[in-house]
Amino acid sequence: MSIVTFLEWLAATPGSVALHESRYVFLSVLTVHVMTLCVFAGMAVIIDLRLLGLTMLRVPASELVSRLVPWALAGLLVMVVSGLLLFYAAPLERYGNLFFRAKMVLLILAGSNVWVFHKTVYRRVAEWELDRVPPRGARVAGGLGLTLWAGIIVAGRMIPYQQYWF
Amino acid sequence: MSLLAFFEWLQYSPLLVAMRSSPWLFPMIASAHLLGLAMLGGAVLVVDLRLLGFGLTRRPVAEIGREAEPWLLASLLIMLPTGLLLFMCFATKYYYLTTFWVKVAVALLALTFTFSVRRRVIMEDEGNTNALSRKLVASVSLSLWATVALAGRLIGFP
Repeated sequence: MSIVTFLEWLAATPGSVALHESRYVFLSVLTVHVMTLCVFAGMAVIIDLRLLGLTMLRVPASELVSRLVPWALAGLLVMVVSGLLLFYAAPLERYGNLFFRAKMVLLILAGSNVWVFHKTVYRRVAEWELDRVPPRGARVAGGLGLTLWAGIIVAGRMIPYQQYWF
Repeated sequence: MSLLAFFEWLQYSPLLVAMRSSPWLFPMIASAHLLGLAMLGGAVLVVDLRLLGFGLTRRPVAEIGREAEPWLLASLLIMLPTGLLLFMCFATKYYYLTTFWVKVAVALLALTFTFSVRRRVIMEDEGNTNALSRKLVASVSLSLWATVALAGRLIGFP
């Protein structure tokens, strides 16, 4: 079964149709998705700025990460669930949308950035967590993180505008 | 000149007419506005969570507040001009939207509260404030900003 066949089947399920045609449920899910952005992206901004050495330098990096990541993850969970519902409401339209595709690619890159950081520089966090200037690896991860999250937000905001562009 | 006439003048000023003629400018400014929101969310939350007894609890409130403040100001520096441009794009439509006026009013309240009561409580030595008043300040701050964000989202709805 090809992706499109699967998405056609998905789009025809009662849940997808109901979500697509609802006046308030869809908009509520969209509102939750945007509001939670403040929590998830907000925490990501603070963590990335700390890795760049631009804020909270007196808070050890490991303390900041371990105290803020649970909030970021809680926000992420809500964003993923609401995001999946937004996709489910119009699977074929999303699949064909260039901004949506760009957003998914950027999400994978952002996830990889976090993963690489945790597997490398963060392993030795005890050695640098109070340095006035965090090591290059941490700064690169912070800078990449900020750039990628920004790209994800912009691509997401652009999804409904594809029809005016192309 | 009435307020509506002023909004009309804004919306049809040469700059705004030129801006609206390109279909991507509004979503681009809206995106920048959202980026500001993410930064505002971080700068406000990290302090309010601390006031509520979550997050960076091992540090003094004043330290977190001082560190977060430049980023709060930076986020406002993004949000206010982009917000103003978004408003100018469709000023006469927003004139009739309750959600728009709610947003403007609550945003002014939130700003006033943040730079008066909240700032004083944050910068005060923790020995001079009690936990209850700190939690109250954080709850008011979060409620105000959440209302601003929610009303902002509702402005764009059909």
